[in-house]
Amino acid sequence: MKKLINDPADVISDALHGLAAAHPELRVDFENRVVVRGDAPVRGKVGLVSGGGSGHEPLHAGFVGAGMLDAACAGEVFTSPVPDQMVAATQAVDGGAGVLHIVKNYTGDIMNFELAAEMVAADQGTEVVSVVVDDDVAVQDSLYTAGRRGVGATVLVEKIAGAAAEQGRPLAEVADVARKVNSYARSMGLALTSCTVPAAGRPTFDLPDDQMEVGIGIHGEPGRRRVPVAPANEIAEMLVSPILTDLDFTGGDGVIAFVNGMGATPLIELYVMFNEVTQLLAKNGIPVARSLVGPYITSLDMAGCSVTLLKADDELLRLWDAPVNTPALRRGV
Amino acid sequence: MDATALTAWLREFARLVAENKDELTALDSAIGDGDHGVNMDRGLTAVVAALDAEPPETPSALFKKVGMTLISKVGGASGPLYGTAFLRMSAAADAELDGPGFAKVLRAGLDGVVARGKAAPGDKTMIDALAPAVDALDAAFASGAGLADAFSAASEAAARGREATVPLVARKGRASYLGERSAGHPDPGATSVTLLMRAAASTLGAAG
Repeated sequence: MKKLINDPADVISDALHGLAAAHPELRVDFENRVVVRGDAPVRGKVGLVSGGGSGHEPLHAGFVGAGMLDAACAGEVFTSPVPDQMVAATQAVDGGAGVLHIVKNYTGDIMNFELAAEMVAADQGTEVVSVVVDDDVAVQDSLYTAGRRGVGATVLVEKIAGAAAEQGRPLAEVADVARKVNSYARSMGLALTSCTVPAAGRPTFDLPDDQMEVGIGIHGEPGRRRVPVAPANEIAEMLVSPILTDLDFTGGDGVIAFVNGMGATPLIELYVMFNEVTQLLAKNGIPVARSLVGPYITSLDMAGCSVTLLKADDELLRLWDAPVNTPALRRGV
Repeated sequence: MDATALTAWLREFARLVAENKDELTALDSAIGDGDHGVNMDRGLTAVVAALDAEPPETPSALFKKVGMTLISKVGGASGPLYGTAFLRMSAAADAELDGPGFAKVLRAGLDGVVARGKAAPGDKTMIDALAPAVDALDAAFASGAGLADAFSAASEAAARGREATVPLVARKGRASYLGERSAGHPDPGATSVTLLMRAAASTLGAAG
């Protein structure tokens, strides 16, 4: 294992101290491992809290700031944070208009956020609404699984719901916007390599040099199938086809197309992929209304990418275009 | 059974988890995310420290402290599941527990796990070991068995339930993403439950 770390046990704490030093506009509660917008709580504004296992940076702490999240909780690598952290985050951002929890659909995250919401309701009476993100088409959605994983759409939900909250919309409306983004978004990912959890010290799974794993999640979970390495145009087809099969993307105002890097893939390759994705969409009569290209929801040092498509309409595009000022996403400010 | 006897049970559970930490983690690496042993050990180490600092005086206070500590320290899915079980046990516990009273408390814990995790028997989860253990306790006490026989039967029932998870395809938790590939491995959560019941047999069972 070659990593820029000290003791593997200190990775999260060391990284949070770095984040705090680089971004004095944010407040970092080191004890609870919660990153909070510097001006929180914003009076009269719905507070947005998310969080999850670490290892997906910049998600979630990199998206804390005006126009996006009010707070993010950092768990151990690939392990959900605990309710105490979510309670602390919720208290820190409660500006009197209620708090929205944005939860990726993993068993641990769901249960810990659920407990946190119960604890907040019992102790302070803050109104909390939870929205679950589950956009990964690689997982069969049925009563007999934990359901689809929350992946790329999480970034889009945080941006768009964040903009809605910034406009002063009430909690129920902000939650509806978040649910709408989730219901209109689909994702699919692919790994060229595994990833190495610092505490484990070796790759989570073995993937030979000439093979790639299609349909991976963001925790080094195995995917749908293992296939020989292919050119970018064929990879784009493998990722885009199942998305288009799952949801009809025609007939709206086009899509917000998001090509995400898994952590170790250079931007030049992500643009190669984006080119292939846009050509495929054009062939299917789907215009690209907006785009996002880069490593925004990663899986440590995994090489690979994911594609997320969000069926857009006028409302979602206006919220997407609204100003945002966070460490990892900043425009219009 | 008073708070002292029940504390001895949970200390023994903590010791068994520490002893089997690597095995639990290896099982979880096969079909989950490889942290069950580390997370449970971290949580139970904190539980033992909390019990050392301030020994609870009633079973209810004991279970509450254990539940809150596990929820705060374990994370993942196991923290809320074990934590909820102990919080429900706290709510159901009288000041002194006889055998059937303990069985009732443990069933309240099981109901908490089912409510929190929304899993059913056969989903390849900790329920597959805990439900048979509670049933075995009830059956033993109904037939007039003493504590030693009842807890021994419960421990064996948990172990059999855990073995029965081997061929199952996981329907809950991170193992469910593997689909058919999750078959052929025992469930890590069911494995830690067998340790909980083994600890009960060697402490609560021995006391009777």
